[in-house]
Amino acid sequence: MVVPSLAPCMDSKNWGAEMAQKKTGLVSLEEGGFAIFLVLLAFACIIIAGKTFDQVMAFHAGLGALLAAVSVFLIFKNYFDDGGEPIPAEIDGKPNYNMGPVKFGTIAAMFWGLAGFTVGLVIALQLAWPALNFDLPWTNFGRLRPLHTSAVIFAFGGNVLLATSMYVVQRTCRVRMPGKILPWFVILGYNVFILIAGTGYLLGVTQSKEYAEPEWYADLWLTIVWVMYLFLFLGTLWKRKEPHIYVANWFYLAFIVTIAMLHITNNLTIPVSIYSTKSYIVWSGVQDAMVQWWYGHNAVGFFLTAGFLAIMYYFIPKQADRPVYSYRLSIVHFWALIFIYIWAGPHHLHYTALPQWASTLGATFSIILWMPSWGGMINGLMTLSGAWDKLRTDPVLRMMVVSVAFYGMSTFEGPLMSLRSVNSLSHYTDWTIGHVHSGALGWVGYISFGAIYCLVPWLWNKRGLYSLKLVNWHFWLSTLGIVLYITAMWVSGIMQGLMWRAYDSLGFLEYSFVETVEAMHPFYIIRALGGALFVVGAVIMAYNLWMTVRHGEAEEADTTPVGSLAPAE
Amino acid sequence: MADTHNKEVDQISGVETTGHEWDGLKELNNPLPKWWLYIFYATVVWAVIYWVLYPSWPLVSSYTKGVLGANQRQEAIAAYDKGVADRSEFADKIVATSLEDITKDQELLQFALANGQAAFGDNCAPCHGAGGTGSEGYPNLQDDTWIWGGTLDDIHTTLLYGIRSDSDDARIGDMPAFGADELLSKEEIDQVANFVASRAGVETDEGIDLAAGQVLYEDNCAACHGDNLEGIQEVGAPSLMSANYLYGNSLDDIRAQIANPRNGVMPGWAERLDPATVKSLTVYVHSFGGGQ
Repeated sequence: MVVPSLAPCMDSKNWGAEMAQKKTGLVSLEEGGFAIFLVLLAFACIIIAGKTFDQVMAFHAGLGALLAAVSVFLIFKNYFDDGGEPIPAEIDGKPNYNMGPVKFGTIAAMFWGLAGFTVGLVIALQLAWPALNFDLPWTNFGRLRPLHTSAVIFAFGGNVLLATSMYVVQRTCRVRMPGKILPWFVILGYNVFILIAGTGYLLGVTQSKEYAEPEWYADLWLTIVWVMYLFLFLGTLWKRKEPHIYVANWFYLAFIVTIAMLHITNNLTIPVSIYSTKSYIVWSGVQDAMVQWWYGHNAVGFFLTAGFLAIMYYFIPKQADRPVYSYRLSIVHFWALIFIYIWAGPHHLHYTALPQWASTLGATFSIILWMPSWGGMINGLMTLSGAWDKLRTDPVLRMMVVSVAFYGMSTFEGPLMSLRSVNSLSHYTDWTIGHVHSGALGWVGYISFGAIYCLVPWLWNKRGLYSLKLVNWHFWLSTLGIVLYITAMWVSGIMQGLMWRAYDSLGFLEYSFVETVEAMHPFYIIRALGGALFVVGAVIMAYNLWMTVRHGEAEEADTTPVGSLAPAE
Repeated sequence: MADTHNKEVDQISGVETTGHEWDGLKELNNPLPKWWLYIFYATVVWAVIYWVLYPSWPLVSSYTKGVLGANQRQEAIAAYDKGVADRSEFADKIVATSLEDITKDQELLQFALANGQAAFGDNCAPCHGAGGTGSEGYPNLQDDTWIWGGTLDDIHTTLLYGIRSDSDDARIGDMPAFGADELLSKEEIDQVANFVASRAGVETDEGIDLAAGQVLYEDNCAACHGDNLEGIQEVGAPSLMSANYLYGNSLDDIRAQIANPRNGVMPGWAERLDPATVKSLTVYVHSFGGGQ
């Protein structure tokens, strides 16, 4: 299943010569297995598409049938093209890394990132000027909001995680990922999930769980893809040529395993019928709320924190060309983080039907979580010691370091907001939105941008980026955007919280809800301006990457990308 | 930490590495930062103290209650009860006093206006607008055009039972659908609409028989809207004398309202708000300036 435009950069260049003498072997178990599974899937989709009464289901099942059929075709085309020869794991004693899926994931991340940021800008503008929803069902806030959150978290962030994890695990294990079809199944399958989820939102399909909106069939598909991803990652670790497992890989593995557990538990739904998009969750009432926020908070903890800490642990030492500050700290904060994070979910449900004891536990574990979170920040920042001067000359490294600073800030703010007394002011206000975006734009966004800026020249064998000046522009524009965004939300959120609880001298509420909404208006405009700057920065980045791939100066034939192939030890 | 034989000293920091290396990446063997470790311990100690003080850990069929005996639910109920009690002195007086007398007692009036303002913002403003300015389909409460009456008692009744609401005592007034139910022909609707428009100072179509329109008006409309278009508040038939209409002031709007009228609904508040608040709202709305 090789995407044609990517194929030349993949394997053929190195071992094309050997392909001259084609020998048609048997279809491998892997190829055959995937082909049979996809054929069965295509038939199931056709039956569902034919019998359903639900137009969206017909569309999604039809799309599924089409994509499954195309995949089967590509598997066999690839088989006949290369004669069923296994791809060599090593060439001349050097690992023959599989970078095709990494390239695809990098491009997909940039594409979904631009889409997700833009939708975010649109809904920010809708909040300031509601008429911008144009009174159309597909563009109203309720549908675009999950489209934005899913596009930036799961589509952009997810592709960054998939691409970097495949890159990092191969290089730090000094071994090619297992499988010919498997890596492509994971990266393409994940993006099919994004497609089904996103089009579903626009057409009104949702199970109304925040950050878990996709309905049962999309969830089922993601489960299959995710388990395959786990196999792929474990398989690479299993085959590793290094005696130890690098810290980034611990974080990636924690992320993959925990997300599987969270995703399955929070999506235990029973479909109304196999022909219907609608399903009902098995949890009810406050248990459902608790499972949802156990999921929601740990999606932040294991998707947006552990996963991106893995990126930090590879790309910052690499780009700074310095050793990681403390091995001991990395071990202690890793285990502390994953053991403590999982308890913190109830702080999303203070002052609700959730029992007080659960709320107390959630808040106290959130406070204990403060230092384990900061362990990552310390290790990231201190790795720079001896290389701080590089921040002046290397805007990519600067972006990643600022990202770690934002990480430190939001992981301090988070425990603070988890306290009941602070939460009674901050909850349901824009403060939460500001907090989330200092983490999302600052931490996740910047560490991803930094990793992509590193990856593109490495993957496409270029000497460096097309323009560091443009990276600088991206950095300053989006930093200004983030600052505008989070300060606007702090002010508006705290003001909102204070207005809601203001009483007059006779004991009546000082402000009606509508007055608080009116008071938010100027801050919503400032927020949208901040978002616009962030989008402009991302467009500049996309242009810079495009020019790097198309016109960047090629790495000389003999030299290999930074730090590659030198056998460890 | 194996691989001791590979340990080397980092030239810049002077710290030993662990001896591991992956893809060119190494690790320094720095200890845990002291401040980091001590703050971590401090947060754990803080949490344990918190667990002792407050409800925190689940047991088989109960949970640890905490030595402070804190109970969030009872605290919330107590705070609510206190709020009600604090206001009850005046609230009780409001209930016992007639609307007319409330407006004459400075202290009660002040309380009623504050209560009314708070209740209006969250219950009435979504339709009638902040400050009661209204919009198409939702009456302006500041002007002196009142469909069901603008006295204190009229406003109070409207507030209590609503208009075309599901309350048994709701104010009911139904404008017939002259077009949809084919009570009048299209041409007749045109004539009567132009007649009304001509009286209200709205621009009319040319070549329309206004005299025929007047006859139609007298036969079909005058019973409710009055011989001189002055309206009859007892049946909720608005005055048509000037173009200050609920559903729009153009000739097209008038035609539409005759052909297929909208009969708006206002909910009754007797069962949603306490009696003192409904009375306060009455005084508050009356104070907008349009009250009679």
